[in-house]
Amino acid sequence: MSTPALDFWRRFRRHRAAVLSAVLLLLLLVGSFGTLPWSVRGMRTQQLQAARQPPSSTYPLGTDEVGRNLLWRMLYGGAVSLSLGLLAAGLAVGIGTAYGAVAGYVGGRCDAVMMRVVDVLYALPTLLLVMLFTVSIGSVLQRGLALSGETARFVVLALAIGGVSWLTVARVVRGQVLSLRERPFIEAARALGLPTHRILLRHLLPNLVGPVIVFATLTVPQAILQESFLSFLGVGVQPPQATWGSLAADGVRALNPVRFDWWLVVFPGAALAFTLLALNFVGDGLRDALDVRRGVGAAGRSVAG
Amino acid sequence: MLRYALRRLATFPLLLALIYGSAVLLIMAAPGEGLESGERELPPEVLAAKRVAYNYDQPWWQRYFWTWPKRLMWDGDLPAHQYEDWTVVEILRSALPVSLQLGLLALCLAVLLGLTGGVVAVAFRGRWLEHLSVGLCLVGISLPTFVIGAALLIVVGLWLRAVPVGGWGRPAQALLPAITLALPYAAYIARLTRAALLDAYAEDFIRTARAKGLSETRVLLDHALPHALLPVLSYLGPASAAIFTGSFVVEKVFSVPGMGTHVVESIHNRDQSLILATVMVYAVLLAGFNLLVDLLYGLVDPRIRVGAPSA
Repeated sequence: MSTPALDFWRRFRRHRAAVLSAVLLLLLLVGSFGTLPWSVRGMRTQQLQAARQPPSSTYPLGTDEVGRNLLWRMLYGGAVSLSLGLLAAGLAVGIGTAYGAVAGYVGGRCDAVMMRVVDVLYALPTLLLVMLFTVSIGSVLQRGLALSGETARFVVLALAIGGVSWLTVARVVRGQVLSLRERPFIEAARALGLPTHRILLRHLLPNLVGPVIVFATLTVPQAILQESFLSFLGVGVQPPQATWGSLAADGVRALNPVRFDWWLVVFPGAALAFTLLALNFVGDGLRDALDVRRGVGAAGRSVAG
Repeated sequence: MLRYALRRLATFPLLLALIYGSAVLLIMAAPGEGLESGERELPPEVLAAKRVAYNYDQPWWQRYFWTWPKRLMWDGDLPAHQYEDWTVVEILRSALPVSLQLGLLALCLAVLLGLTGGVVAVAFRGRWLEHLSVGLCLVGISLPTFVIGAALLIVVGLWLRAVPVGGWGRPAQALLPAITLALPYAAYIARLTRAALLDAYAEDFIRTARAKGLSETRVLLDHALPHALLPVLSYLGPASAAIFTGSFVVEKVFSVPGMGTHVVESIHNRDQSLILATVMVYAVLLAGFNLLVDLLYGLVDPRIRVGAPSA
């Protein structure tokens, strides 16, 4: 038996690192989202008499400076980090695909201008813009939609990070569309007199699923990293909210020559590193399994930001 | 080539105007003029006087599109909102060179380390040096810089006492921040180099070079490496953007007196004049750098018609 799905699975399975990573990610997802009902309360409970405890049997990952159990905070932070990454990547992929598909399909002058815009946006100080976005749009959201401060922050971070990460996807999709456009089945669709939007949605888009999925997987870790930088600079999620990035940032800030609370840095840092590694491996595995051509010039930019 | 360069130069002002416009829009969407100090209420007369000093008595279009740019670039006396005795120019003059030095140093290090890493991985294919190089790359791209920085700070600065743990001014103080900032990009450049070198090995010109009887080292360095430089060069544009702004994070870890603190503080305090000036300085810098990279790209690879849309 050989269906496309089966072929895909066979090829993906050959990538041992990718399969292992996928399992790890699944565990992390289930673990952090499955424990949400408990971790929401657990992450806020302070026990001042148990502040700055190293890992022990009562506190497997230790406690922070106000005696909050790091395990709960990590589980909760994982849920926030992962959903933020997924949301931002989803947004980036949505914008990027639409933009790239239109540019590639319409072609000509329109394509030239649209791609110049992308080139230009690549050179923008993204971190600065994201910070600017978070303060200005954050207040608009809070007033306009009457969201709570925490939710508004989360939405804004996802919007801002997603809003600046779509460039690579746009490039890759455009490249794919340029080559697909010349294929006979698209010509046939055009010969049938189908309207452009129908060709784009029904005939081009399904053929873009491969590269889009691959780059979505590679955008998630970038978004999670971006958020950690913002948290470290104090413009990410606001306490008592937590993400892996903000926990690691808090841990780094709490380090000093006298007190060396290594667990506050090591555990969130390791969670981040393993997740990012796993996502990168899965992305690579998917790329091989879905047989996505490696555009070095395009892929080379996914780390930027 | 010349026409392309001129055309790119011509779009430069337009681009800057667009960025400035969007920055103004974003700033106006944020509430507050950044004049009220957080702790105490200002007397109304003081607030009124401050509003005049910062040109808030003018309509917004006049303030943002005439008075402020003029005061910033011509008179040089545009005050920053948060430090009342400092003008924006003075702040930029004291902090920007530090950030730029750090950024440039990191950029050079990233290219140097990245190319070396990639070449080493290919030269020692299948041996432990390749695994080391690939492994280091994975660590480099999957840990946030502030965690790497803190680790370096503790191990090299506190335990080994090899370098000072913070500050700026002596070469030894620049070492750790520059390495920290460079690592993720070095890792990425190493990956790019390795992939491009392996691609090159599949090409005919490498077989020709080997058939001529060249040593494996010569084949790698003289024939395959130039081929690998192109993707690295095209990555330098976005990488420089990320490195120069990424320095904000690293500066905070190593207490480097660069733009980082000013940027974060200005955004926290809605310090409109400083925010706009910073955004524009970085926009000019990065757009200029990107232009340079694109032109270099055209010079290095004559096959590429730079005027054509990028593939």
